[in-house]
Amino acid sequence: MSTANPTTTAQAADAIVQGGAERRTEQRRRKITSFYPTWFFIPALALYVIFFAIPTISSFYFSLTRWSLFDSQFIGFANYVQFFQDPQLYTSFIHTLIYAFLTSATKVVLGFLLALLLTGPVVGRGYLRAVVFFPVLLSTIGVGILFKSLLDPFHGMVNGVLGLFGLPQPGWFTDPNLALYTIAGVDIWKGVGIATLIFMAGIVAIPQEYFEAARIDGAGYRQILRRITIPLSRGATATVIILSLIGGLRSFEIIWATTGGGPGFTSDVIASVIYKQYQAGFYGLSTAGNVVLFLVVTIIMVPLSYVLNRKQVEL
Amino acid sequence: MNAARTRSWIVGGLAIFVSIVVFLVPLAFVVLQAAKSPDDASSLAFSWPKQWMFFDNLIAVLQSNDGLIWRAFFNSFVLTVGSVLLMVILAAMAGYVLARKRSKWGPVVNFFVLAGLIVPPAVVPTIWVLQGLGLYKTMPGMILIETTFGLSFSILLFRAFFGTVPRELDEAAVLDGAGRVRLFFQVILPLLRPVIVTVIVVQSVFVFNDFAGPLYFLPGSDNATVQTTLYTFAGQNLSFYNLLFMDILLITIPPLVAYIFFNRQIIAGITSGAVKG
Repeated sequence: MSTANPTTTAQAADAIVQGGAERRTEQRRRKITSFYPTWFFIPALALYVIFFAIPTISSFYFSLTRWSLFDSQFIGFANYVQFFQDPQLYTSFIHTLIYAFLTSATKVVLGFLLALLLTGPVVGRGYLRAVVFFPVLLSTIGVGILFKSLLDPFHGMVNGVLGLFGLPQPGWFTDPNLALYTIAGVDIWKGVGIATLIFMAGIVAIPQEYFEAARIDGAGYRQILRRITIPLSRGATATVIILSLIGGLRSFEIIWATTGGGPGFTSDVIASVIYKQYQAGFYGLSTAGNVVLFLVVTIIMVPLSYVLNRKQVEL
Repeated sequence: MNAARTRSWIVGGLAIFVSIVVFLVPLAFVVLQAAKSPDDASSLAFSWPKQWMFFDNLIAVLQSNDGLIWRAFFNSFVLTVGSVLLMVILAAMAGYVLARKRSKWGPVVNFFVLAGLIVPPAVVPTIWVLQGLGLYKTMPGMILIETTFGLSFSILLFRAFFGTVPRELDEAAVLDGAGRVRLFFQVILPLLRPVIVTVIVVQSVFVFNDFAGPLYFLPGSDNATVQTTLYTFAGQNLSFYNLLFMDILLITIPPLVAYIFFNRQIIAGITSGAVKG
């Protein structure tokens, strides 16, 4: 205490002489790091804690209750039991996985192919880039309504064209076996632009010398693709997989705008069950759905992003 | 050389044809539907309007439900501007400290930022918190919610950018007598203009297009946002497809304008993680 907080001028002078230059630089260093006011992240932290962390943490408790927002009654795991016993509810769990993996895989493949096309020598490249990306910016609800009209089983344009060629005219959103996949298709239509854009950035970032060197060594288009383009755009691939899987697992708006989970419950996903149970006033059950979604997302995304990022470091 | 050129023409031509069928025809359908009479539109055919009623439909949409669409545009505007403004300031401040200050909390903070990106928000508990604060069904509450949900992504964008602002600048400003807060707001913030524009444009489009947020946390017809009007329209007036599509068209205009003027920033925002991963 006495050295850090000298009481007499003699002691202070002593301390300065003893401490010497070392102490002075340390003081200066401390002054430099203190340019950065620590309280600067407090407003962001406050919002994060109040509107994100507290709801997320308390959801674990409320999922174990019968809950009316004003009072809650502890009922143990009854909500979870109901969630995994009621076929109307647990199918949503399976649908979520199918939907997420299907949309993600398709976006990776299609996005990569489109990116190859749009970074190569092609006529009308600027137009193509713009038109592929544009649906990303559209309102999801608007896109849902649009495709509901286009894919209407009786009056829709798509079935009209299929009819002209004598092809079968499926009930895209009304056939229980098809609805979920149709929605996935609409999701891909709307979202493939992001995947394409990320892949394009990844491909463009590969140094041109690699391609030139490979070409001089006599590598063909396929070999260049397999040995250079695909492995070196792994960072972009990881980003696309992660982003599209997260989006797919949490997907709600496009489903709500097209089928509302129907026909029956054949296109319900966890996120739409959360909304339905909330609307019906089963807040505890809705929150249990939320916790299930939380666990699904974490269990899939944490190991996956670890693996994807590690591979990148090895490279 | 010549073979390569013909190939680029053939592939390009094919791609353009496919893109017209897949992307432009649906968009043209929206415009055509918006210009039709109610009967004509309800047939859902991809046809030229028998009667060109574009402006009549526009006026009808603007006047329907006592001018609901005006209120919705006003609400969406307030929500977007308010939350994006807060996001920019809070995320820039937090990103600045996170990028500059070395501390043992770094990895923990990173973890929480990523959790904010990955974890789906818990719906009813969030309503419970809002209600406890007296902010449920209020615009300020909705603004704070959108701000919170956008913070993680904004912080990531800002933090990546702070690496390019030299630390020497901070030291010089402090030696010239700037205080800590002034250093940030007068020296650092103006340098961040490119990334600020990116955050503003990308997040504005997100917030403006958000449907689930207002659906849960801002119910009530007084609080309608443009996305929820679309939903009400679709629910009520199934016989007025022309007005529904006019509404879609109106709602698409703000993001379209943003894309035309700021496509570079939008692309920068979305691809920021692509190369580094």
